[in-house]
Amino acid sequence: MLSQDYVFPRTVESALALLKEYGGKAIIIAGGTDLVLLEARKKETSAVLVDISHIPDLCGIREEEGWIVLGANVTHSEAAFSPLIRQKALALAIASGKVGGRQIRNIATVAGNIVAGHPAGDAAVALTALGATCVIRSPDGARRELGMPEMYAGLHVSAVDCHAELLTHIRIPAQGPGEGSSYQRMEQRKALSLPMLCVGARVAMNGKKIKSARIAIAPVGPRPQRATEAEDFLAGKTASPNVFAKAAALADKHAAFRTSAVRGSSEFRHAVLPVFVVRALEEAVARAAGA
Amino acid sequence: MAKVISFLLNGERVELFADPGMLLVDALRDELKLTGTKIGCKTGGCGACTVIMNGLAVNSCLIPLGKAEGANIVTIEGLADLDKLHPVQRAFIDHGAVQCGMCTPGFIMSAKALLDNNPSPDREQIREALSGNICRCTGYVKIEEAVASAAGRMHGDKNHEGCARCGEGTQ
Repeated sequence: MLSQDYVFPRTVESALALLKEYGGKAIIIAGGTDLVLLEARKKETSAVLVDISHIPDLCGIREEEGWIVLGANVTHSEAAFSPLIRQKALALAIASGKVGGRQIRNIATVAGNIVAGHPAGDAAVALTALGATCVIRSPDGARRELGMPEMYAGLHVSAVDCHAELLTHIRIPAQGPGEGSSYQRMEQRKALSLPMLCVGARVAMNGKKIKSARIAIAPVGPRPQRATEAEDFLAGKTASPNVFAKAAALADKHAAFRTSAVRGSSEFRHAVLPVFVVRALEEAVARAAGA
Repeated sequence: MAKVISFLLNGERVELFADPGMLLVDALRDELKLTGTKIGCKTGGCGACTVIMNGLAVNSCLIPLGKAEGANIVTIEGLADLDKLHPVQRAFIDHGAVQCGMCTPGFIMSAKALLDNNPSPDREQIREALSGNICRCTGYVKIEEAVASAAGRMHGDKNHEGCARCGEGTQ
């Protein structure tokens, strides 16, 4: 293991000042479950770890003017069990509950799931469907906000440079009356397994009529993919099995699966995807109706 | 660079002069000679190295020692009270939930963390709490039964929504 220094700033400003002071030789650590593995493989060799877990401003989940706001320290366990998220951003609670095993969920963060840039990070897929945005701050005082999946810069690379800036909060438009969300995942076993296929969905309903829908699919590339043609098709339609099936076919048309020893063959996943899209829509619509 | 790292370990204050980038599991086993915490995969995929940090089960193979500064850590060695076994340990023996024993400390720590927070879990909650632990011998049924039977004997009602790290309430 590397010879490292390890510091616990107490404010966002002091964390950013440390990143600047070390000029690229320091890196942010939150839960650390991905970072520690990168270090073990010598893919990450920063001399200083700046641990943000003692910064009170980055802890906790709150509701703020129609948004659910998660600090960068919120773990998957906290997201999975949070009454607020279960009520107003359910897809994230389900997705966070599927990450790794309980020990990983107890320390790994939702923000870290985005920053790690995994092609099918469960929380990141759900946040894409939910329409979340990420707040990023830099030492020079700049603050920018990026949506999902724009937070992805490439395979296992996010738009946040953890040596120079900090993802401070995740903002999710809170689900109101007539809105619902869902998350579906296929895996080889129910814990400690990579997803073979993930589908997140969010709908806004007006009675039986779909006002709008968002569908996110992964892993079909370096980042979660929106099924925009299916979303456009659904807008304005009356919810029915036939409509869901047509949307699922449109979503499948744009999904380019690669055959993978870990994630399954392209043919198999093409067969499963429409089933999952239908399930995700059925559940999201049922929840929008208060089921 | 090595520095002094101080934390509470099984109720006693310990100070280590070590590299903060060292893994917690290596510090426990190699520096502090507490070898009850096992190493299986060292990638967070098996749960053999589970310890309880600030009330939550975590993989000690994924935690840099630096993160342990100021933390309250409990390992399998911290459970028995002199020669009196912890109820979870007793239940694992009574139910034959141990075969080769390699995964057992990790399972027991996950179970203890569950029961400290939820004294009467249902089967689904037990499975969720043990989802990060792998056993290749028993098939899990006896382990689940052991945890369910230990549940009745233990008490505790900690607020799960508080933040164990910064000390602030989360909701």
